[in-house]
Amino acid sequence: MQGSSITPADRQRRLDAILERHGKARTELVQILRQAQEPEGWIRPEAITSIARALKLPRARVEGVAGFYSFLHVAPGGRFRLRFSDNITDRLLGSEPLLARLCELLWVERGRTSEDGLVSVDTTSCTGMCDQGPALLANGWAIPRLTMGRVEQIADLVRSAQPVERWPRELFVVEDNVRRTDVLLGANLAPGEPIRAALARGSGSLREAAFNERSWREAIEIAPQGPRAVLEELKLSNLRGRGGAGFTTGLKWEACAAAPATPRYVVCNADEGEPGTFKDRVLLASCADLVFDGMTVAAYAVGARHGFLYLRGEYRHLLAQLQAVLDRRRREGLLGSSIGDWPGFDFDIAIHLGAGAYVCGEESALIESLEGKRGVPRNRPPYPVTSGYLKQPTIVNNVETFCAAALIAVRGGEWFRGIGTARSAGSKILSVSGDCARPGIYEYPFGTRVAQVLADCGAEGTQAVQVSGASGICIGASEFDRRIAFEDLPTAGAFTVFDETRDMFEVARSFVQFFAHESCGFCTPCRVGTTLVRKLMDKLAAGLGSPHDLAQIVDINHLLQSASHCGLGHTACNPVMDTMKRFRPAYEQRMVTTDFAPAFDLDGALARARAMTGRDDPGAHFGNSA
Amino acid sequence: MNGAARNSFVLDGEEVTFLPGQTVMQAALAAGRYVPHLCYHPEFKPHGSCKVCTLRVDGRWVTSCTLPAAAGMQVESRSEEIDEKRRTLVQMLFVEGNHFCPSCEKSGDCKLQAVAYDVGMMTPRFDHFYPDRPVDASHPDILLDFNRCILCELCVRASSEVDGKGVFALSGRGITKHLVVNSESGRLADTDVAVTDKALEVCPVGVILRKRVGFAVPIGARRYDREPAERQALRDAPRPLDRQPKGAE
Repeated sequence: MQGSSITPADRQRRLDAILERHGKARTELVQILRQAQEPEGWIRPEAITSIARALKLPRARVEGVAGFYSFLHVAPGGRFRLRFSDNITDRLLGSEPLLARLCELLWVERGRTSEDGLVSVDTTSCTGMCDQGPALLANGWAIPRLTMGRVEQIADLVRSAQPVERWPRELFVVEDNVRRTDVLLGANLAPGEPIRAALARGSGSLREAAFNERSWREAIEIAPQGPRAVLEELKLSNLRGRGGAGFTTGLKWEACAAAPATPRYVVCNADEGEPGTFKDRVLLASCADLVFDGMTVAAYAVGARHGFLYLRGEYRHLLAQLQAVLDRRRREGLLGSSIGDWPGFDFDIAIHLGAGAYVCGEESALIESLEGKRGVPRNRPPYPVTSGYLKQPTIVNNVETFCAAALIAVRGGEWFRGIGTARSAGSKILSVSGDCARPGIYEYPFGTRVAQVLADCGAEGTQAVQVSGASGICIGASEFDRRIAFEDLPTAGAFTVFDETRDMFEVARSFVQFFAHESCGFCTPCRVGTTLVRKLMDKLAAGLGSPHDLAQIVDINHLLQSASHCGLGHTACNPVMDTMKRFRPAYEQRMVTTDFAPAFDLDGALARARAMTGRDDPGAHFGNSA
Repeated sequence: MNGAARNSFVLDGEEVTFLPGQTVMQAALAAGRYVPHLCYHPEFKPHGSCKVCTLRVDGRWVTSCTLPAAAGMQVESRSEEIDEKRRTLVQMLFVEGNHFCPSCEKSGDCKLQAVAYDVGMMTPRFDHFYPDRPVDASHPDILLDFNRCILCELCVRASSEVDGKGVFALSGRGITKHLVVNSESGRLADTDVAVTDKALEVCPVGVILRKRVGFAVPIGARRYDREPAERQALRDAPRPLDRQPKGAE
């Protein structure tokens, strides 16, 4: 924390230790940069040069990686970086006045660093605390349930220059808020039980065949037992990915197992960035063994030795306890070599911490990030199952998918497919937040109606529900009999409730701002289009809108749908299109003409001059010069 | 043309043969059929970021420079809808940067300008972003004017793959994505760039400029003044020796 007292030699020694610890591996670049930043809150130019030299990369490449992630900084900021979660749910809970108050108490402008370099206050994309917002990150550590009292306490702590590590623990307590459990959250499996069940499927005489390591690691067909049996069980279960896209998990694993190249990799996608989603945080906090069991079962099924958990940077508070779970599992023989006394069944898991980039939730961008690069989605084909991490066969699955797979290993595919609907087997964990009495985690069998969820969470006078977050779908009251299922309302888990007092235009605008901030910038339509839509929505919000602007948004949406490089661009206009269709008056009341109005705001253009001169009298406004 | 029936697809109603490994656009260009593009360059592995070459294959929107050609594809590249999309993409590139063709020394040599003519762009359509992008004039022989960067990454690819230097890279994200150079000071003068680098030659717009030669060739006698982008792309397309472009004599 005390940046000024560190000498250049100290810095270099510390950096060398970090580089050594990571074996100077290029794949570790994001981890190295994160740790290099720790003491002073930013990465000095000379540190970038040192890292580039050690990793034998062009310096500009290292700088480019650092510049990609929101939580990595190549310019100095405050020693305390306070970032308010800026999801719509945080705003509904009053985050904006809290942010303004904190700025006032600390004498700092939002987005700027205080004159003494002590503190900066800004916003960040949804931090996954929607059921206990408003929330902020203090030097990366989550503080939920903000109140004016907490804001004052934080201001005092910052002014007294107390390192965040020594702030009162109660500030950082994150609740699970599990409100409804079903087959998954209520499973109560012992750690390792899914692994033992999976291994048991290859018992008997064919265990001998499996002793020939090559036979299962290279997925040689050895009768319907062993890893093959696990794959068959998974296919039978009809399990589909819980991250949103809904690809059949069994087919994904089978394709990876069948890919000739080795080694193969298992990756758990815990980059839960979709605004309004927080169920993976709870699974990792309270069911970590189930997640790791699922990954280990996957490793057995596809023949992988290495696994990664890609944990979003916002969840760094979970890192230490997850590492502890991994350590315990190694001691218990559930990770490491000869797992479950099965000769040759070697598997271990490393945790990679993200650094603030929603797009890394896209599987190929996540893999790029795991490789220590900018999180830009790849061109496909080839798909990760044949060419993923380091161009090796790789499966990437959501946290909840691995939990469900672990459950299937124990209970069987037949049992699983009997739950839910014909096309959506099993249960779904919803992250419920917004205007309801009991926000939190709700697990339901697929096929549950929206109205049921609303009744259970204590939502009243509901105007709309945003299902599956910003990239999902916004439905109105006439659609509350629709069902949570791949064939009706597919969801990655977010379920955000808006009551009739809410302005759905502002809801859409907040999501538009989110996409513009999170676009990776690789392709033209998404890079420019998301910002164009943001500007058009700002124009409408300023009361300068016209039907022409709505038509522009519709056009840009068509372009993004057809020409974007990845799903981020494809879905970036969904919030506007959905709300425009269902809540049109929210848009129409913002139109000044029925034809066209220019975006250029003459009075707005004087704002900077007013700020510089400290004036706000009528004479400093356009049209009031008399 | 043995095996033409097997290794061919239909492009706007006409058969185009391809070689294994060719993408839809490579095959189209080699067959004398133009698809507008900006970030694609025949000497580099396509990466598909500008999206100007977007077209339809079997009804699906795809990026033709990166999509491997496959037998029997129905490819649609010429329609008012597709032209409109390409025009919008070029307009987007114009408004996100600071492009003032009449005062730009690259005018007439600029591929963005040429493709804009090519796709029939008449107005910028959207409000300009007017980003603040300071120039880097530190190098004695080379000027960097980031205002005109379209983020095609050709200099990044050329510097790393051909020059073996890594002088250029991309930093930032989204609309703040930008080019950076390989020096601690952030100045081009402190890198090992040379005027003979491939990276200078491939810049399609007026970002990487050799100093003191900007107007050696007068406007009116420049690359795209002499020949439109379409004809040059077809002429430069790599094609097997046994296959001649249609009507290229």
